[in-house]
Amino acid sequence: MQFRIVIKSEIGKKKRVLIFLGSIIAALIVSGLFLAFLNLNPFQVYIAMLQGSVGSVYRIEQTIIYAIPLIITSLGVAIAFKMKFWNIGAEGQILMGAFMASYFALNYSFLPRFILLLIMFFAGFIGGAVWGIIPAFFRAKWGTNETIITLMMNYVALKWVVYLQYGPWKDPNAFGFPKLANFAKNAVLPELFGVHIGWIIAVLLTIFVYFFLNRSKKGFEIAVLGESAITARDAGINIFRTIIFAMVLSGGICGIVGFIEASGVEQTLTKDITGGVGYTAIIIAWLGALKPQWMVLASFLFAILIQGSSYIQSAFGISAYSAQLLEAIVLFFVLGSDFFTRYKLIIDWPSLLRRTKENGK
Amino acid sequence: MIKLFSILLSITLVLVMAVGCSQAPDQGQNDQGQNKEEKLKVGFVYIGSATDAGYTYAHDQGRLMLERELGDRVETIIKENVPETQECEKVMTDMIDQGCKVIFANSFGFQDYVVRVAEAHPDVIFLHCSGSIQGPNYSNYFGSIEEARYLSGIVAGMKTKTNKIGYVAAYNIPEVIRGINAFTLGVRSVNPDAVVMVKWTNTWLDAAKEKDAAIALLDAGADVIAQHQDTTGPQVAAEERGCWSIGYNADMSHAAPKAYMTAPLWNWGAYYVKAVQSILDGTWTNEPYWGTMKDGLIDLAPLTDVAPEGAQEAVDKIKEQMKAGTFDVFAGPIKDQSGKVVVPEGSTIPLEEQLSMKWFVEGVEGKIE
Repeated sequence: MQFRIVIKSEIGKKKRVLIFLGSIIAALIVSGLFLAFLNLNPFQVYIAMLQGSVGSVYRIEQTIIYAIPLIITSLGVAIAFKMKFWNIGAEGQILMGAFMASYFALNYSFLPRFILLLIMFFAGFIGGAVWGIIPAFFRAKWGTNETIITLMMNYVALKWVVYLQYGPWKDPNAFGFPKLANFAKNAVLPELFGVHIGWIIAVLLTIFVYFFLNRSKKGFEIAVLGESAITARDAGINIFRTIIFAMVLSGGICGIVGFIEASGVEQTLTKDITGGVGYTAIIIAWLGALKPQWMVLASFLFAILIQGSSYIQSAFGISAYSAQLLEAIVLFFVLGSDFFTRYKLIIDWPSLLRRTKENGK
Repeated sequence: MIKLFSILLSITLVLVMAVGCSQAPDQGQNDQGQNKEEKLKVGFVYIGSATDAGYTYAHDQGRLMLERELGDRVETIIKENVPETQECEKVMTDMIDQGCKVIFANSFGFQDYVVRVAEAHPDVIFLHCSGSIQGPNYSNYFGSIEEARYLSGIVAGMKTKTNKIGYVAAYNIPEVIRGINAFTLGVRSVNPDAVVMVKWTNTWLDAAKEKDAAIALLDAGADVIAQHQDTTGPQVAAEERGCWSIGYNADMSHAAPKAYMTAPLWNWGAYYVKAVQSILDGTWTNEPYWGTMKDGLIDLAPLTDVAPEGAQEAVDKIKEQMKAGTFDVFAGPIKDQSGKVVVPEGSTIPLEEQLSMKWFVEGVEGKIE
């Protein structure tokens, strides 16, 4: 045996950061080779990526708009993940939140703006929460596999919104084009400092989830249940209620993202409203080790990556596919580095050399 | 851990500041450049990829023509694969941030977003393809692709043996309906027994879905496939079944050498050069542009060897009249699907009615959902 993979004991935070930074550098080197192949100067491209994402007030605002749904969704899934409940269903929860919020936006636009937005906020929460309760109930009651159910429910939600968009909610004034009517001004989130106020919701939710997970009894119970169901039961924690409660919160927070994106960004409901945020947030939650403050940072790095690669497309005339490839290279290395924070690769040099010699003969 | 967090945060801040500062000399260079001669920056927002060999490819050929003709006074930037969501609003605002003064948006679904961005940026001119919007600093452009569709219908009508022609269609909006009607009129001008079967895909560019739709039509007995789609999916389906096909937007013979006969074409460059020239000259108005075969915006791709005998002559005869401006695709008598004459002999369908067309002519099998 020349290679062995062993699980590492808990590694230090410092080492973890070093591995992370190392993976970023490796990603920059590999994508640099790719850029050189395209006859571009990698350094210029990287600097342009930063300029394009944080180089001016406007660009920082755009980056923040990308970061908002990533932050909130990762907060949502992190609560479930803390309980080792694999909520892959953020996409569906966002869609259902957006659907519920849109229902009120489209039908109750005569209400005063503040009241309407408040109703939409809670409607979004409830939409996501309902989509979270269903798999939670099955898991708590019959021990079903929540990964599969939450994943499948994404498609149910997506098809539901597609049905509305192509059917009963289609805008009759769109000449048959399958889109919904735009929200009235009343149902659109106002802006503060150039960004819709979803950012305030993101800040408040980050603080809330931080304290919930670290300081509250419920948050503690969720963590205990995640570590061991037996311990939780012995400690007198009501497992059924804890699972349901955690998923109401997890799904509900994701549902709020649906409300924010429908009201603040899209200003209507579309089947593309999630933009894949529900899946990206899973990656972010892992990179941020389920710690809200780290997840915020990871969300910003992702947003910079997205906005930056969008910028270089037009600045350097790089095709959309090449820009996506750059994003993918960075992701590959960053996620791949996770392997080295968990496992150690042991190479047995003497036996490896012996083997090579034998093969040589 | 908080310590580490703050270290990372400060690294980010330093980076941000470094970038912010490095911008300053950059702008200085730009200013020097402006002293010489300021180029007009034109942004193109594309629904697809410039390599899609179809719709966006045709637009990008137009952009390249613009660069060739006015390259010393104009520079262009593009953004591909822009979805018909708020993302396109962001893309346009990003382009303005990068200095664009003129923006072309090439898909119908961009329409509402163009209006929103245009109203927020009155100093930028927005030109939207295929819609109906018009405002002080924005307008729309399109053209009578129906003329070329009619001609391609002649080719299809002469080729079909089963008298069934399949038409893979994107969305049931007037633009697509108009094309189907013109195509059908062309088919039945040479083959009154033929019918055109329509299959909706609800997508502009999804090669797999469009191919599947074509296969369904072939299964239903069609032996010629036409398309209002941006990819070559339907062409490939026809090729695989040994049937024939009419492309769209570009010469698609590379995708289906044994099936492809011809394709209605857009020559967007003709418009892009004209529009940008008028903006440079300061003579631009928000009058919508409606190009025709006479103007050179519309054309039919050269017929391949697969096309039926005699088609070239039949097409040329009508094409000459179109170029002279004497042929009207929608001249009566035209019957609707129920057989009722809706456009009597001697009259025609005015352009405004064409732009909101919501009914099929006789010979179309399918319904507008």
